[in-house]
Amino acid sequence: MQQPSRWRATTAWLFVVPFMTIFVVFTAVSAMLALIYSFTDVGVADIRRPLEVDFVWLQTFTRVLTNPGFLKSVWTTALFVVIGVPLTMAIGLALAIGLNSGITKLRAVYRAAFYLPFITNIVAAAVIWQYAFTLSGPVNSFLASLGTAGPNWLGDPRMAMPTVIMLAVWRNVGTCMVLFLAGLQSIPLDVYEAARIDGATAWRRFTAITLPLLKPATLLVTVLMTVSFMNIFDEPYLLTKGGPLSSTKSVALWVYEQFGQGNIAPAMAGSYVMLAIVVILGVLQLRLLRVR
Amino acid sequence: MSKPHPLVTAMLYGLLTIGAVIALLPFVWVLLGAFKSQAEIMAAPGAWLPRNFTNLANFLTLFTERMFGRYMANSLLVSAATVITNVLFATMAGYALAKLEFPGHKLVFGCVLAAMMVPYVALFVPQFVIIVQMGLVNTLTAVVLPIAVMPIGVFIMRQFADSVPDELLEAARLDGAGEFTIFFRIFLPLVGPAIATVAIITFLNSWNYFLWSLIVAQNQETYTLPVGLAVASQGARSTEYGLLLAGAIVVLMPVLILFLFLQKYFVQGIAGTGIK
Repeated sequence: MQQPSRWRATTAWLFVVPFMTIFVVFTAVSAMLALIYSFTDVGVADIRRPLEVDFVWLQTFTRVLTNPGFLKSVWTTALFVVIGVPLTMAIGLALAIGLNSGITKLRAVYRAAFYLPFITNIVAAAVIWQYAFTLSGPVNSFLASLGTAGPNWLGDPRMAMPTVIMLAVWRNVGTCMVLFLAGLQSIPLDVYEAARIDGATAWRRFTAITLPLLKPATLLVTVLMTVSFMNIFDEPYLLTKGGPLSSTKSVALWVYEQFGQGNIAPAMAGSYVMLAIVVILGVLQLRLLRVR
Repeated sequence: MSKPHPLVTAMLYGLLTIGAVIALLPFVWVLLGAFKSQAEIMAAPGAWLPRNFTNLANFLTLFTERMFGRYMANSLLVSAATVITNVLFATMAGYALAKLEFPGHKLVFGCVLAAMMVPYVALFVPQFVIIVQMGLVNTLTAVVLPIAVMPIGVFIMRQFADSVPDELLEAARLDGAGEFTIFFRIFLPLVGPAIATVAIITFLNSWNYFLWSLIVAQNQETYTLPVGLAVASQGARSTEYGLLLAGAIVVLMPVLILFLFLQKYFVQGIAGTGIK
């Protein structure tokens, strides 16, 4: 071969072509398409003739941003993030610290148990929760045996949100736990030993050593969980379909509904508003967690 | 580390046990209902154990009257196809990114990262429009296509490929081996564990894939298991809990069995990259 490095480059491109093809069509072009369509009035009838749509420029965005249903879904999604993310992370961190604290018995069993929800199919999990949280289901009959009447978990607008968040937290804790555990295991033990000899209390060791050294893991988990809760769709869709009274309708669910009703342009504009928020928050989180 | 105080140890075990019970509770709940007839559930919805665990009527109904056999076949087909394409294409791309210098490799890697970060909410509507243009609506091909090469697989393979020593590949090159021979004969046998990890993550993702299958495969013939179960749980017969819980067990089983045998790779996959 005369020019081995050129042949190598050709081979390399041949090797990445399948990935790049799928990426270009289903990510790059899709994202562009969504942006362009946000400025049009494309409806369900136009899907088969996507080039013949009328541009209405910012009209779709104005319509979406003044739509009470959309604004409510933004608020609901914010609630999901503000409650769900810290809750999931706190429980995940507590479990990781528990697993990493020198216990030896049953460690593998605990870890497998915490990890199981993550691999559980969400549809199956939601079906199980729906049954467990019906008015006279296992949860309420357990509460009744304790002498308290359980609420209408999924039917009461005030209770539906906490119930949906519980399922989301249950599903995501395992991811946080695994990542925090990996972070904890990378902290050298002699740092703790030295602090102990210097007379640092357990709480002081936690705040002065564990938390700062856990920062990379925390950063990763925060970003992952924020994105995951901002995109929340499966849990509310499956448990409540966004109800009762739209109390659990996230932005993703709103977008899906608009799409289902044939309002393609608003769906795309809504998803782009969401994308913008995700990007801004992502950048902010990276900044905040790095600078400190 | 010196041994913690016994009281602390007891509290730790308490914490972990409570966590484990909560994590496992739904698996108990599902066993309560899946073996009960509708009459048994209606009589005492909150009752604990079923009268007997050998009542398989719900499972039989699912497969004989509710097309769960078809859904199962569809799901298996989708998962098998995605695992094969992902393992092959992700390994090729990961190898190229880690071991072959080529103009544009930074761009390609940027695309991998971008693909992992773009929120799916922003993509499913235009993806549907593209699938309509391709004339693939309501086909299993459409279910597979967008996840035929997942960025996470490329990312994992690139990380693993990095750890393969360059000297091995160079030596083969000096011996006159072609680029394809090097990839198939020398590189592939060295990255078995990485391939296992990618295969498992791909299987998990495609088996649990919900929103896209729900949108793109809308006739009953092309439902995957999760879609079939979701539709059943939201239809007019949404209170037939015995059947639905039996369906949940059918959906859960394959992944649970895999998890029991291959736990190590599951945890590796997620811990090594931090992304689902």
